[in-house]
Amino acid sequence: MLIDALPVFLPLAGFLIAFLFCKKIGDHAAQFVTCAFMIAAAAISVWLFMDVAMQGNTRSHMLMPWIISGDFNVGWGLRLDTLSVVMMCVVTIVSTCVHVYSVGYMHEDDAQARFMSYLSLFTFAMMMLVTADNLVQLFFGWEGVGVASYLLIGFWNYKHSANAAAMKAFIVNRVGDLGLALGIFACFVLFGSVSFDVIFAAAPAMVDVTFKFLSMDVPAIMLVCLLLFIGACGKSAQLGLHTWLPDAMEGPTPVSALIHAATMVTAGVFLVCRMSPVFELSPIAGEVVTYVGALTAIFAATIGMTQFDIKRVIAYSTMSQLGYMFFAAGVGAYGAAMFHLVTHAFFKALLFLGAGSVIHAMHHEQDMRKMGGIWKLIPATYALMWIGSLALAGIPFFAGYYSKDMILESAFAAHSPAGTFAFWLGIAAAFMTAFYSWRLIILTFHGKPRADHHTMEHVHESPWIMMVPLYVLGAGALFAGYVFYPFFVGEHYDAFWKSALFVLEPNVLHEAHHVPSWVPLAPLVVALSGIFLGYLCYMWVTDIPGVVARVFRPVHQLFFNKWYVDEMYDAMFVKPSWAAGRTFFQTGDQAIINGFGPDGIASLSRKGAGMLSRMQTGFVYHYAFVMIISVIALMAWLLFKIQGSM
Amino acid sequence: MLDMPILSLMIFLPLAAVLLILLTKSDRAARGISLGVTTIVLGLACVMMYGFNDATADFQFVEKFLWLPYFGLTYHVGVDGISVFFVLLSALLTPMCLLASFQSVHNRLREYLIAFLVLETFMIGTFAALDSILFYVFFEGVLIPMFLIIGIWGGARRVYSAFKFFLYTLLGSVLMLVALLVMYHVTKTTDIPLMMGANIDPGLQKWLFLAMFASFAVKMPMWPVHTWLPDAHVEAPTGGSVILAGVLLKMGGYGFLRFSLPMFPDASQYFAPMMMVLSVIAIIYTSLVALVQTDMKKMIAYSSVAHMGFVTLGIFTFTRQGIDGAIFQMISHGIVSGALFLIVGVVYDRLHSRDINHYGGIVKNMPVYATLFMIFMLGSVGLPGTSGFVGEFLALAGAFQANTWIGLFAGSGLVLGAAYMLWLYRKVVFGPAENPEASAMADVNAIEKINLVPLAIGVLVLGVMPTLVMQPIGASVEKLLGQINAAPAVSASAPAVTEGASVQ
Repeated sequence: MLIDALPVFLPLAGFLIAFLFCKKIGDHAAQFVTCAFMIAAAAISVWLFMDVAMQGNTRSHMLMPWIISGDFNVGWGLRLDTLSVVMMCVVTIVSTCVHVYSVGYMHEDDAQARFMSYLSLFTFAMMMLVTADNLVQLFFGWEGVGVASYLLIGFWNYKHSANAAAMKAFIVNRVGDLGLALGIFACFVLFGSVSFDVIFAAAPAMVDVTFKFLSMDVPAIMLVCLLLFIGACGKSAQLGLHTWLPDAMEGPTPVSALIHAATMVTAGVFLVCRMSPVFELSPIAGEVVTYVGALTAIFAATIGMTQFDIKRVIAYSTMSQLGYMFFAAGVGAYGAAMFHLVTHAFFKALLFLGAGSVIHAMHHEQDMRKMGGIWKLIPATYALMWIGSLALAGIPFFAGYYSKDMILESAFAAHSPAGTFAFWLGIAAAFMTAFYSWRLIILTFHGKPRADHHTMEHVHESPWIMMVPLYVLGAGALFAGYVFYPFFVGEHYDAFWKSALFVLEPNVLHEAHHVPSWVPLAPLVVALSGIFLGYLCYMWVTDIPGVVARVFRPVHQLFFNKWYVDEMYDAMFVKPSWAAGRTFFQTGDQAIINGFGPDGIASLSRKGAGMLSRMQTGFVYHYAFVMIISVIALMAWLLFKIQGSM
Repeated sequence: MLDMPILSLMIFLPLAAVLLILLTKSDRAARGISLGVTTIVLGLACVMMYGFNDATADFQFVEKFLWLPYFGLTYHVGVDGISVFFVLLSALLTPMCLLASFQSVHNRLREYLIAFLVLETFMIGTFAALDSILFYVFFEGVLIPMFLIIGIWGGARRVYSAFKFFLYTLLGSVLMLVALLVMYHVTKTTDIPLMMGANIDPGLQKWLFLAMFASFAVKMPMWPVHTWLPDAHVEAPTGGSVILAGVLLKMGGYGFLRFSLPMFPDASQYFAPMMMVLSVIAIIYTSLVALVQTDMKKMIAYSSVAHMGFVTLGIFTFTRQGIDGAIFQMISHGIVSGALFLIVGVVYDRLHSRDINHYGGIVKNMPVYATLFMIFMLGSVGLPGTSGFVGEFLALAGAFQANTWIGLFAGSGLVLGAAYMLWLYRKVVFGPAENPEASAMADVNAIEKINLVPLAIGVLVLGVMPTLVMQPIGASVEKLLGQINAAPAVSASAPAVTEGASVQ
């Protein structure tokens, strides 16, 4: 049991040591401790993966009671099934890479120990999230990663923009968390418990039960799913609650790789997969998940094509890929969603860290318009970015190919309106994905150098401590798809997942292996055309982008300005909140309540107030006298009253 | 050891210390005496906690003497699960306030200490009293030292604030006295445990409920009788704010639990919809108001009103989770808001400003301060793993069971609460360092650490192991629920709650 708990609590220990003793032990020791603990956690996680997922030794432990209030009984648990160990491996491996990478990336920063400690804190919260055996513990991890994300986005806390982005991330996530919390309450009311095992066991009997929610009678299972899904949308930046993710790029790049690409943002997908025994029972909820995922995939891709900040392009790409995962889960292909989650974690972390390597080389320049012509100067980074992009675009034999194709085939095989909708939007988004990926590569690495002379002179490959993690992730982007395909979605599906994922028959993943032959080909064709178009527009005929932006100006503006969602929310929620606050304060409290209440009365007794202030003589016996007299007067009045009433 | 009259010792030791201070002339001795005695009281409170029996809902450490035999008035004290933590909280925060004031209060220090000692007597007495007249004396007695603390050691508008505080509370107390007298007339006793058993006529219950409500609602404070609190906090010295937020606000919630619910169960059910709606208004309204404040203390004061909204909400759901959550929220808020006022006091002592725009970027020069502030900020936001989460979450769970609309609207407090607290933290601690005086402030000193570090640990420990509180209060809450539910349902006359979320 101890060894099972170690991967979860080693990062916590690393956080505490690095945070509390950073002054005493220094930056280097803090880096060493956090990295060493993470490597150990990753090693144990891999061992657990072999033991639990491959050998089938699913188990769970109860560590300690947490909140016990009548029937509401929640403990600190440790649930080890295939789903959690897969997540544990992804989290610890990517986190280890990012920890090591950060030693190099942050070496000029003056708070390196603090940075490492926050990374470890994040990892701890994420591990709590994925190993939870009940919804409230999951909520603990859920909000815990939110705080770690808040701290890391705002790591350079002397910058206004970083603070604003950190606050925005936390508050937008809180909106989603409110949905999640309401979902947890609904589970408690319906099932009398918030523990997964009880919920999963009781859910099938609840299919026909309705629940009175906000004066409406709604199917109980659907309600639970949709409320939980609101939480998932917040954390995974799905359409509507996505506005925080691009801004989160204010954080240091390793943070973007770990939190805003590989792990935290996939928590929503994990939640839907974890709750698959419930989601499977509500076709409507499944449809909603599918539509939202598909729309997010295309929405984010349209924006990604127009941005110039290298990290923002990758951020929108992340959002788009998360959309894929959601619509896979929505049509019931949970295995494919998890598969893409894993391969995406590798290649997207690779892309972010690669971008970090570029930014590092270019003296913290993030605007692609000021890059170009550097591929010969940093060939290793360039090659790794190619690997990441090929995987992202879904080119055969790279990791993304296996998972993304599986998702699209599942959507097609679902043979439902939602599935077909998602399939076609997914195909369109795949085209855009390939286009913006090569737009990024060409703008960043090729063409004439657009940076100033001074910067270009100092362009250099990153030190080995940053490159080694890139190679590890690169290996993942190359091989993760091929190696894990049989387990996640292929012939070993049932033996691998066991009861961790639940899907009603017929299993859409089985159907997905028997789709018309053009279906698996379509993503490849659009991806290749996207790459071609990228070359055409940015390498061969570089006038095209400008012309297109001019001719289709309204559309380009819409995409470039992120569909004006931020402006809309600002007008709809942020400004009205402040206005309401000011009105309540000035009109409500000051004018009405105080005006008619105490101030009105007080003005009548101003004389009394004057007397009172004269009473403040400063002699202690005056005060003592006042107190004693008051008590006596009170008692006298009391006795008199009581006598009178008898 | 546990045979001693522990509650009476805790109540009257501070008064004895007052006499000692009056006999001495030096400030030094006064400091030693007051700190020593309040620490002893804290030690006694710990002994009491140690000896407290979790398994029973009965009153423990009971002392009962005839006081005024002719009227049947008794000196009757004791604690059960509902009151025991409030006694502990009072005993915990008083020495901390004294410690905090040693650095910041320079004029009339001895009188200041006396006021706090008297205050401690009244606070512990309020929570321990089991005779309604005794309760009334203590409950109202609290007003006097608090009034003086604000009025003498307060800021520029102290007289206005002290008066406002007094006016508001006096209104409530007069009505409460009338109610207590009527109840004495009806039940022929002033003994609280006996009064709980008396079946008061449902029609009369409503009037009595409203009269008591006037007093408790002001103390909480509930919207719309909350406007005394921001002013009182702003003008009060740090110690006064800590006690005000940490203990005095809990007297309202305690009053509801001790009197309104068990003695007027029918009226409580009848008025529950109104109470829940007022709570939700408090949560949303004051959270929005907190958002636009530039005065740190005012912002935290408004946040207190919002947090107390969760308490009244939880209480009037009449669910186990709601009431457990309400009590836990009061304990947690006592620690968190007390600590937040100490936190504000730290920078106020250095810069003499409460305006958030005068600060910024102080994480550079005050890293320990920033960390402690962060913990309390997250506690106030209700992050899981801090004490703030447990109470809020349970109260919301209770509210959701009672009515999903209420659950949804109250839940929006989760978002708004995060907004104003993060805003406060960002303006004060983060951002570019624009004020050189703020950048020159020294980090927390040893005395401030003695106060803040244990509170921070408390916030985290209670967040991870809330059973430390939930276990002892469980039996009493269960008994209280029995008392309410014994009353015949009056759902017919309570139209607004028929909305309840029920499985069909």
